[in-house]
Amino acid sequence: MRNSIFKELLHRPLGLFVSVILLLLYTCALFAPFLAPYKTSDQNLDKSFHPPTGITWKDGRFHVKIYENIDPTAARYEVIKGKTIPIKLFAKGYDYNLLGFIPMQRHLFQLDTSESHPQIYILGSDVTGRDVFSRLLYGSQISLSIGLIGITITMLLGFLVGGLSGYFGGKFDFFAMRFVEFLMAIPGLYLLLALRSALAQHFESAQMYMMIVIILAFIGWAGTARIIRGMSLSIRNRQFVYAAESMGQSTIVILFKHILPNLTSYLLVAATLSIPGYILGEAALSFLGLGIQEPSASWGLMLKQTQEDMKVFMLNFWWLLTPGLAIFITVIAFNVLGDTLRDIVDPKMKV
Amino acid sequence: MGKFILKRFLSIIPLLLGITFLVFILMYAAPGDFLSEARASKDISKERIEEMEREFGLDKSWHIQYALWLKNVLTLNLGESWAYKVPVEDLIGQRIVATLVLSITSLFFAWLIAIPLGVLTAIHKDSIFDRLTSILAYAALSIPEFFLALLAVFFAASTGLFPIGGRTSIGHDFLAPLAQFFDYVYHLILPTIVLGIGGIAGMMRIMRANVLDYLRAEFVTTARAKGVPEGWVMFKHVLRNAINPLISAFGFAFSGLLSGALLVENVMNYPGLGQLIYSSFLKQDQYVVMAAVVIGCVMLMLGNLLADLLLGWTDPRIRLEK
Repeated sequence: MRNSIFKELLHRPLGLFVSVILLLLYTCALFAPFLAPYKTSDQNLDKSFHPPTGITWKDGRFHVKIYENIDPTAARYEVIKGKTIPIKLFAKGYDYNLLGFIPMQRHLFQLDTSESHPQIYILGSDVTGRDVFSRLLYGSQISLSIGLIGITITMLLGFLVGGLSGYFGGKFDFFAMRFVEFLMAIPGLYLLLALRSALAQHFESAQMYMMIVIILAFIGWAGTARIIRGMSLSIRNRQFVYAAESMGQSTIVILFKHILPNLTSYLLVAATLSIPGYILGEAALSFLGLGIQEPSASWGLMLKQTQEDMKVFMLNFWWLLTPGLAIFITVIAFNVLGDTLRDIVDPKMKV
Repeated sequence: MGKFILKRFLSIIPLLLGITFLVFILMYAAPGDFLSEARASKDISKERIEEMEREFGLDKSWHIQYALWLKNVLTLNLGESWAYKVPVEDLIGQRIVATLVLSITSLFFAWLIAIPLGVLTAIHKDSIFDRLTSILAYAALSIPEFFLALLAVFFAASTGLFPIGGRTSIGHDFLAPLAQFFDYVYHLILPTIVLGIGGIAGMMRIMRANVLDYLRAEFVTTARAKGVPEGWVMFKHVLRNAINPLISAFGFAFSGLLSGALLVENVMNYPGLGQLIYSSFLKQDQYVVMAAVVIGCVMLMLGNLLADLLLGWTDPRIRLEK
């Protein structure tokens, strides 16, 4: 059943298209250290707000044009004619662990120069001369994974609470559903801020990451639980559940072996359509300065820096808005994927 | 009707108790207590702090503290803002108006665009116009509000057509009353559009689906068969029915608007409730945060109530008393 859903998905042009885009995005995130020429914290204070560097073909290899800062107050740069630095492909750079455990030094590309300060800016540089392209790649690791982890927790929690309240009914159902309604009655971001305030202001990046996931999952599970309750309520009265009960199977077994398989297609669609919420939630938290902190990078955090400097708006540093574009592409891809999956599974489904 | 409203108000009470309790517990669990900021600042006298400690029972256990805070809230004493040195209720009063104005204008803006667009796309189903609008709606649904706000600021800054933030111009106080009003409107345009766009897409899709459903309904066929003019059929039979879910979604839309307003207000520097919550949150100005969260929730619940009443008024099939 599930195989046929994916086969059908890949047969639809739009489904195939967004699947490829998402695959590409996640591959980029997975291999970010290899693809990124610099670390997230590598600064070059002489090159703040550097525009995207031009690349030329010379002597049989790619060269990077070198720019000169002609007006430091307005961050205006001009190409120095005739001066270029060659690009080395698969060259050695800073140390990193590929996929977290393979120690490596090779990067997709590096500059053939002894200087370690960032010099090549595919997507320009920010206020401290950090490479936006590298930060975008590293940021995608956080922004993209948070959706997947968050949704797993949410779906599990929503399924357990919703499934059990539908299955048991009675008092458990009543109190669980009142709690769910209560959570849904508070505007999401207000709840998020209130939850965030209970925790310390500053964490290490890894803890901060977990904290964001937990907060977002805590807000998100209520809606899922409510819908699953309704579905499990109707499945509960089907013959096979009665049969399982009469054979003396435990509640947990019934929940996971008999009720869950009937909900998989719903959960699949709901999960896909909810992932954008997590990506946007993380971005919003980091954007407000309450999520991922410097020197780590996340798309929301990068937009926060963009917003902080009015120069960006006055002098048209458009490349600092690229994290927003990245969020937009990811979110729209997940939305299209979710809608396509829903069309395949059940066009009348309400999520 | 009066009974229904009373019932709804009574049902708000446990919810409010729950919310205040949750917020209180969270604040209690947060590092430092309500007065740690006050103790640190030099211009608040020791006597005043001791008085506050007694007033809010900070030396007592947490459930007594909560009861005291609740009592203070019920007597409309929301505490004092440390950052602004004014009672919280004064601070919040102005902000509520600003946020309400912004939310309502964006809601009307969204309705004004979404309803005709939804009807038109349903009538011209599968035309190029329909396809194009649905793509645009998809895009609008996927843009994060704060990014849209950033783009709006970018647009305002690079073209100079609109103010890049704030609620009034610098010389606002010296303007004539009418000019003051237009100054407000001028500053409201961009935030309204930014906040409204996300809503338009969702509402348009609901509207389109509903109109499509009702166009196929049998009473519409009957009306047409009777020779009722097409415009009359559309307005009296299709639109009146199709618009109901939008009205009942009013409360939901309002919730989204409050959350969205928090971000948009911060980016566009619009002095509303969201901006206040955020800035006082950063300053650990806890009474303000608590009060603002509570008030935000009350606004939301009133919005839901209003939606129910509106629905009862527009749809005679709905009996609210039951």
